[in-house]
Amino acid sequence: MNVEKLYDLLKEAQEAKGYYFNKDKKKVFDLLEGLLVNKERYGYMCCPCRLSANDREWDKDIICPCVYREPDVAEYGSCYCNLYVSRAWNEEKIPHEYVPERRPLEKRLRL
Amino acid sequence: MNQCNVKLYALSTCGHCRDTKAFLGECGVNYDCVDVDKLDESERKKVLQEIMKISRDCAFPTLVIGDKVVVGFKKEEIKKLLGIS
Repeated sequence: MNVEKLYDLLKEAQEAKGYYFNKDKKKVFDLLEGLLVNKERYGYMCCPCRLSANDREWDKDIICPCVYREPDVAEYGSCYCNLYVSRAWNEEKIPHEYVPERRPLEKRLRL
Repeated sequence: MNQCNVKLYALSTCGHCRDTKAFLGECGVNYDCVDVDKLDESERKKVLQEIMKISRDCAFPTLVIGDKVVVGFKKEEIKKLLGIS
């Protein structure tokens, strides 16, 4: 799978659910590249902005699209990575605030 | 610029980390950087313990500027701590 193909696949599937890619295509492609790197490394598309524990069960909440996307897009108009955003965020009708990490602290770093 | 020690804990795949690196580069800041996702297991453990001591947030990027810490790409905060107007 290459980045262009992944972009096309996800765009269609996720837009149907009301989630849009960030209009900054360069950023989107970099993040999708990160997803492919993680797929290769860990066997699943772990969020590129979070450290994987290399354990699918532990990381199931941060396999992209993560479970935090829905509340983050609802509250900030964007997911944690600024990969998926709302239409209003892309149209700059809402401020582009920094999206704080919503994943519980005890899940973030596993030694 | 009179620069204090600057260290960045990042992930090679992370967009906010990439933005932080680019911004520090633009500002001409010399900094140490560790991409935690690229470390082997024993190194990673060591660095994660370091990060946990530095900040309760345990998220990336974690930027240490002297004795101050910024978690996330917060440009204005970083500029302030670096003394850039």
